[in-house]
Amino acid sequence: MTSFSVNGGTVNVDASPLARLSNVLRDELGLTGTKVGCDAGDCGACTVLLDGEPVCACLAPLAQVAGRQVTTVEGLANGKLSALQASFLAHGAAQCGICTPGMLVAATALLAQTPHPDEQQTLDALGGVLCRCTGYRKIVEAVVDAWRFEDAAAVKPRADSNAGDAIGHSILRLDGVEKVTGVDRFGADLTPENALSVLVIRSPHWHAGFEIGDTQTFLADHPGLAAVFTARDIPGRNRFGVLPAYADQPALADGVAKFRGEAVALIAGEPEAIAALDPADFPIKWTQLPHMLEPAEARSKDAPLIQPDRAGNILIEGRVERGDAEAAIAKAPYVVTGEIRTAYVEHAYIEPEAGSAWMAGDTLVVSACTQSAAIDRDDTAAVLGLPLERVRIVPTSAGGGFGSKLDVSVQPLIGLVALKTGRPARLVYSRQESMASTTKRHPATMRATIAANADGRIAGMVFDGDFNTGPYSSWGPTVANRVPVHASGPYVTPNYHAVGRAVHTNGPVSGAFRGFGVPQATIMQETLYDELATKLGLDRLKFRQMNALRDGDRTCTGQQLEGVGIEACLDALQPHWMRALADAKAFNAKSGRIRRGVGIASCWYGCGNTGLPNPSTIRIGISHDGAVVLHQGAIDIGQGSNTVIAQIAAEALGLSLQKFRLVGADTALTPDAGKTSASRQTYVTGKAAEKAARALRAAILRAANVEEGAEIALDGATLVVGGGARRIDLAAMPADRFGYAFSAQESYDPPATKLDAKGQGNPYAVYGYGAQIAELEVDTALGTVKLIKITAAHDVGRAINPLLVEGQVEGGIAQGIGLALMEEYVPGRTENLHDYLIPTIGDVPPIETIIVEVADPEGPFGAKGLGEHVLIPTAPAILNAIRHATGVLVTQLPATPDRVLAAIRGKEQ
Amino acid sequence: MSRYERPRTLDDALQLIGEGSWRVLSGGTDFYPAQGARPIRDNVIDISALDGLRGISQTPGGVRIGGCTTWTQILRADLPLAFDGLKQAAREVGSVQIQNAGTVAGNLCNASPAADGVPPLLTLDALVELASADGVRSLPLQQFILGNRRTARRADELVTAIDIPARALAGTSAFAKLGARRYLVISIAMAAARLLVEDGKIVSAAVAIGACSEVAQRLPQLEQKLIGAAAGASLVERLSPEHFAGLSPIGDVRGSAAYRQAAAREIVASALLAALGARSKGRAAA
Repeated sequence: MTSFSVNGGTVNVDASPLARLSNVLRDELGLTGTKVGCDAGDCGACTVLLDGEPVCACLAPLAQVAGRQVTTVEGLANGKLSALQASFLAHGAAQCGICTPGMLVAATALLAQTPHPDEQQTLDALGGVLCRCTGYRKIVEAVVDAWRFEDAAAVKPRADSNAGDAIGHSILRLDGVEKVTGVDRFGADLTPENALSVLVIRSPHWHAGFEIGDTQTFLADHPGLAAVFTARDIPGRNRFGVLPAYADQPALADGVAKFRGEAVALIAGEPEAIAALDPADFPIKWTQLPHMLEPAEARSKDAPLIQPDRAGNILIEGRVERGDAEAAIAKAPYVVTGEIRTAYVEHAYIEPEAGSAWMAGDTLVVSACTQSAAIDRDDTAAVLGLPLERVRIVPTSAGGGFGSKLDVSVQPLIGLVALKTGRPARLVYSRQESMASTTKRHPATMRATIAANADGRIAGMVFDGDFNTGPYSSWGPTVANRVPVHASGPYVTPNYHAVGRAVHTNGPVSGAFRGFGVPQATIMQETLYDELATKLGLDRLKFRQMNALRDGDRTCTGQQLEGVGIEACLDALQPHWMRALADAKAFNAKSGRIRRGVGIASCWYGCGNTGLPNPSTIRIGISHDGAVVLHQGAIDIGQGSNTVIAQIAAEALGLSLQKFRLVGADTALTPDAGKTSASRQTYVTGKAAEKAARALRAAILRAANVEEGAEIALDGATLVVGGGARRIDLAAMPADRFGYAFSAQESYDPPATKLDAKGQGNPYAVYGYGAQIAELEVDTALGTVKLIKITAAHDVGRAINPLLVEGQVEGGIAQGIGLALMEEYVPGRTENLHDYLIPTIGDVPPIETIIVEVADPEGPFGAKGLGEHVLIPTAPAILNAIRHATGVLVTQLPATPDRVLAAIRGKEQ
Repeated sequence: MSRYERPRTLDDALQLIGEGSWRVLSGGTDFYPAQGARPIRDNVIDISALDGLRGISQTPGGVRIGGCTTWTQILRADLPLAFDGLKQAAREVGSVQIQNAGTVAGNLCNASPAADGVPPLLTLDALVELASADGVRSLPLQQFILGNRRTARRADELVTAIDIPARALAGTSAFAKLGARRYLVISIAMAAARLLVEDGKIVSAAVAIGACSEVAQRLPQLEQKLIGAAAGASLVERLSPEHFAGLSPIGDVRGSAAYRQAAAREIVASALLAALGARSKGRAAA
């Protein structure tokens, strides 16, 4: 028995002296506010105070805590939020919330010593906690500013809106208090009673056959284990995939594993027995098979087929053709051409995949972190051979997603165990397991040629990209189709020929990652644009302004656009561009090894599925007790849809947000609002919410028999219409089909059209636009890059919540910085967060966000999507700035110090 | 079932470690990452309760850093300027969280080629004290770390202290780290320098570089070359490729071998200039 103090109270724990404190807090004491992101001291999510000093709880043995004082996030609030917590909430410093406890605890230690820290002190104190959502800037502001919140009354952040005035304001996240107090529940925070733990046996080889040995003896030798499950135990179709037409990935491989990390068997057992189990003891015999990791190899003649029905190892080829690109380029006086290679990029959300499943009568309930309840339900039901109505998905909060939590991970596995054993099942991926087994950003090898006329107008462009999609389809088709649509950038390109291929290899499965291949393609296009502008002798911004798409212009798919905001973004950057260039020039006037550079890049991005149906449905009810109940199935992975969709609904309905009660995603309670991907929630689900709210309002006005435009209000259980002209007693109303006094359910599907064989059509109904300037310094002796500032102008149509917009911009930029400068996933080598580097708090420079609002005719209140756009321009702007500083373009990403220096030395020779 | 012991006295600890095979646990910052998700099946001796091994003391022979001293304790200790390099390295070991738990001796025992503590300790002529039930011996740090993850510690020994001899307490020092991000980063390469200046000239120099060979190393040829040099920015002109010819960097995910070879000169130059700068700052403060 070990005795110590937690948050002021004494606890006695009977656990191994070597148990990690993080596990003791979570599993023995139920203090799940302390998060586990890596179990290796690499992420700081588990930071607690030990006798007042921050330590990683995952590295502290229980025995060493005896007699000492531990403070966790649960101990920070004392009846009310601490000043720091209040400051986090007000600054929007918590997005998904998974790193928030670690950040808060580490900052609490700083503030105890230094109540008014400056930025540098804050960075030094929080350097050990990784955040993947926020880009850190709002966290820094919140800590530096925390002292202002000592007197909470003095600072009144906007927590609510008045009726009819819900949008355009930085209303605090409606789920924010849970995130800053540590009570929010993520995938690993739920442990159903009597749950079996699940351990997954995975392939250690790129490509290997396997035979599973005597599992009966194995089970007999290991008391406490309940069962082993293999592909043979799967009752349904052992194939899943986010795109049903391409579903090809087995939940458990059947005899052959096609990538390192692929699941081949499950062991279910009592938690202690699973914890004591070394996977190496599992009886399995591997036979390594030849493998291919590079698309060039996989595309070579006579290469063996990874999926037998996909010739040439090509999953799909997407193309867009307009005019005659080759002829236009041949005639044009200014032509540039280049090649860019990008790496596997890991999503590196701080929450590894986790969840629990159990049987509720005949229904399998799965509660896990996810970006899409519907995909989880459909894939889990298919694999387990259950009708859809017998699978209920109750998502937990997601500690970051960025695309990878669209695909199922734990869901069919724990579902299988629960279904077969009748007992609840729980599975929490380790960091290594998460990195090895889930999807990545596609590595791309791209070539492009762009030509301009003497007047500086783009004449034509050819783009060809191979995207390494791994052995299974995941979102490969989406990447291959989306890239050719976007590879022109937001510029008038009259002659165009673009091809994107998803190529099978035995590398990790590549899937969705913020931008679906467009970030890679934009690096190709925007770096060539700089070269072309320089050839033409034009200012790089001016060149982009000249060629920017404008209202009425046609895209390369022949779509005529309205509400185009790229020119406004570029114009908004103009003064910053001039200032930055002048600063760099002044700096570089003195000689020295440090050279300053300025780069710019643009983006555009179509919101929602590419030329495919993509509906969302929202239900809103007025309850008999006078609440507005919003059934909102869009999953908030930190981006803020819980708040934004409610704001839109409140605005359209004309009732205060205060009256709202939120019902979050649950396939039993919320209609399908589609997946959180493709920057579609604000636009598509927001539009559905607007429609539902307007329909509900119309129904109320109709019932009250008053004219359109009449005010409505809730006064307790009374609906007051037309300023008191009519009062409706809600309690006396009959229940409608959804059990409410009044309700409405509406769907919205973007009016997009399928692309034809030449990629012509209207693939998206709404596009968003943006452009960013990167200012940086390169140490030309070491090849290191120091970012000075990023200035970002993004056209969001209408900023429903400006604070959340800034949060998205800053977070996307941080991921763009990682893509540009440090992130390279090497399977088998960087399956942890100390070899795989994501930006820390010291790697994100000041960011100035300029919100541009060019209303979209289709979006709700003019709003456009934003989530992916914000990442796209960052990497090319950085590469362009490095070239401006040094004269060299790094063509293989990330631009690590060795690659930057090699490029500089290469030029010198 | 594995055995766990947390002795309270050094004698008990040495008695235990003399019997059978043990993994030594101190701050835990290398122990748990190495363990990963696998169950612990080794016998573990936890030395964190040996309070006598914790802390820094002045001794007649110099400065003694107890075997359980954390990086944070180094940072907070009142130490001569010669330790500035070690303190700067302390700030770069993982994060504040790691510095609060991880120990200097553990950093040496872990014997990573990229251990940030090693170059500054090399410039401090550090000696590693090893104790067993049979007695105590002391090894120069160069002879303690034998290779990647290999040390001269016998299975029946504990590292009880790191001693800095009095002769190495003079001068000013600095540490330069090269990494691909600002915090929480394993060094691509790092260097430390300690310089003693009299009458505007270098009279003694200790320079070490890490992550450019299997074991961090001093650069004796360079040290010789620096003696007599004017204590100014021109110092770095004395650096030449042959001073770095003994390095044998590897290429890995953090950087290519050629890059490390090229960067070695730059970070050594940075460390030297910073050590000189520390001297002028120290003087200004005095």
